[in-house]
Amino acid sequence: MGLISKARVKSPWIVHYCCGSCNGCDIEILACLTPYYDVERFGILNIGNPKHADLLVVTGPANRRSSRVLKNLYEQMPDPKLVMAVGACTATGGVFHNCYNILGGIDQVIPVDVYVPGCAARPEAVIDGVVLALDKLSKIK
Amino acid sequence: MSLTELLIGLAALVLAPFVGGFLRGVDRRITARMQGRIGPPVRQPFYDFLKLWGKAPSLPNRASLVWVWGYLLLTMVTVFMLFVGQDLLIIFFVLAFAAACLAFGAYSVRSPYAHIGAHRELLQMLSYEPILLLTVVAIFLQTGTFMVSGVLEHGQPLLLTLPLAFVAVLVALGIKLRKSPFDISASEHAHQELVRGVYTEYSGRTLALIELAHWYQLVLILAFVALFWAQPLWAGVLLALGAYFLEFVVDNVTARVRWTWMLSISWGKGVGLVLLNIVLIQFVFSSARV
Ligand code: SF4
Repeated sequence: MGLISKARVKSPWIVHYCCGSCNGCDIEILACLTPYYDVERFGILNIGNPKHADLLVVTGPANRRSSRVLKNLYEQMPDPKLVMAVGACTATGGVFHNCYNILGGIDQVIPVDVYVPGCAARPEAVIDGVVLALDKLSKIK
Repeated sequence: MSLTELLIGLAALVLAPFVGGFLRGVDRRITARMQGRIGPPVRQPFYDFLKLWGKAPSLPNRASLVWVWGYLLLTMVTVFMLFVGQDLLIIFFVLAFAAACLAFGAYSVRSPYAHIGAHRELLQMLSYEPILLLTVVAIFLQTGTFMVSGVLEHGQPLLLTLPLAFVAVLVALGIKLRKSPFDISASEHAHQELVRGVYTEYSGRTLALIELAHWYQLVLILAFVALFWAQPLWAGVLLALGAYFLEFVVDNVTARVRWTWMLSISWGKGVGLVLLNIVLIQFVFSSARV
């Protein structure tokens, strides 16, 4: 593994976007940043700017409005980038499935690399998802 | 400039990023500990730098690239000048232009977030520049020279006669390093401030270069703090590290202030302290010396 791909694994910066979730998963993601789970020890920062981020963490189902924003955010991120879908909504639409405004999971809009199951996804599951994402990242040349 | 001076300057240019990056890592670690977290490893800033360097280029325009390189190179020039013992006034003028480059780069793109960040960056410069320049004047009044080499040869530690100016420099240090309560244009940590304030439109390699410039700047500012106890040198280094540690504490116990507060603190209290110190040098300390 080259120096740069090692560095990539050691410093994934995330940008978190809520597509219109119930906020349950958002709270669990934020719990990861608190002292109890402290993901900064793995170099993970919640950076809040798609241009600086490596990992797009999405919660909530894709709907007709938020999908445009989601796509825009995804396109603003420089390569190499990964997308992590957190929660049942993001995978299939979850409890919002078949609502009049819902397109379904976010994979209808952008390519997803890692799905984290759960409603709400537990912080441990979110961290597991990040580890999976890092595994994928280390394979990018 | 003699050959040894030149070699010291070049060595400083090579070593400063390592020292600066290490100090930033220590900063993140200690900050995490103060917040009851474990924190990233000390070498984390180097990982971040390499990762940013390996990102695909995405430039908003060419001008911003010029400004970023300007920021980095001018900062490197100031570090070189300080370590070869050049004129302090010129060092701070060049540093001011370097800092302005960062803001101009943010102005060169059409992003409202970057623009607000740039306004605030200029406000921060407006706050700390008078303190630094007046402190240099106070140093001149005390040692009779603007040259760093002259200050190093000055027998008595400057801190003894310039204690108030030193306090003001600590305030300027906080503003310059964008630490709370003065993290107005952008925070050094990942606290969100209007997306990322002045850094919003920089990404990948340009952000890596900015990070590198910050490491140089950190070394420069701490070396300036060390000048306050230049003889023996280890006391100066301890003084600088102590000042840096104090910044962590202040960073963690305060919240961000508004820019009007920052200006009133730096211009009212900071500049006031330096001026008071200059008056003291002129009247109290000088009569004591005679
Ligand atoms: S998966 Fe469940 S908890 Fe998470 S956002 Fe959807 S509805 Fe809320």
